[in-house]
Amino acid sequence: MKFGIVVFPGSNCEHDCYHVVKHVLRQDASFLWHKDTTLAGSECVILPGGFAHGDYLRCGAMAKFSPIMESVARFARDGGAVLGICNGFQILTEAGLLPGALIRNRSLHYLCQDVHLRVESTASPFTRSIPAGKVLKMPIGHGEGCYYADAKMLKRLEVEGRIAFRYCDAKGALDDEANPNGSLQSIAGILNERGNVLGLMPHPDRCAEAILGGEDGRFLFESVLGSSRRA
Amino acid sequence: MKVKITVMYKKGVLDPQGKTILGSLHQLGYKEVTDVKAGKVLELSLSRMSKAQLEKKIKEMCEKLLANPIIEDYQLDVSE
Repeated sequence: MKFGIVVFPGSNCEHDCYHVVKHVLRQDASFLWHKDTTLAGSECVILPGGFAHGDYLRCGAMAKFSPIMESVARFARDGGAVLGICNGFQILTEAGLLPGALIRNRSLHYLCQDVHLRVESTASPFTRSIPAGKVLKMPIGHGEGCYYADAKMLKRLEVEGRIAFRYCDAKGALDDEANPNGSLQSIAGILNERGNVLGLMPHPDRCAEAILGGEDGRFLFESVLGSSRRA
Repeated sequence: MKVKITVMYKKGVLDPQGKTILGSLHQLGYKEVTDVKAGKVLELSLSRMSKAQLEKKIKEMCEKLLANPIIEDYQLDVSE
């Protein structure tokens, strides 16, 4: 399967994603520069973590106008699998491909730690092979990861089964202490209406092989294998 | 022409910066302060045009880029 990894000026996790796709999954991976206008036949597009355009103004605010985003939006509209990790999630919300926004962590601190995630929806190309009820452990590294959406949208996400991951404790229970950044309803990742676009703050790319201390991130990449259409 | 744009979080959006500043002011003894909201100010210099035209343009810029309507409100202050 062919993965395209979008590189913005200021992205810094593109090589983590590339490594997972190419050397762990042994799939085809290529970088797509943000000024490109085509996805070069990608069957899955990843927006990696980092600080696109310096995160100036708001995280993702400038990145949504990068030329490649039009192709990403079209690909997403056609049902192509799009994964936004951390800054990639922020970009997807700014671009309107996912609802809501990510704002400053309630502690004001940049957080760099492991979190536990409860898998809330397995009805997406990125979560379909995760065993139901599984609690995943993944690292986070962000200063603006507090998920916000108005009450109406939160309800809609819930009703439509579009909350993909929630922060939880090691046993899978939700409590305020296990919510690292103050995200509303402990939301760590969400899906678009059709389920083909996933954004999440934790980094599956940083925990896809045992030598890095965990392999739970592999579930997301392996789920998507063979599930998508050509751009 | 100059425009000062003040961008603030909408009511109901968590503003941890404002809360932290409020805490510091209380620590300094300013107990009369009951709330602080933190936002940002952008100053734009523009070539001359009618005020109506300017406001229309700036609003467009705010909706597109300068503010995120999901979480932020903005206010304009136009001067010559």
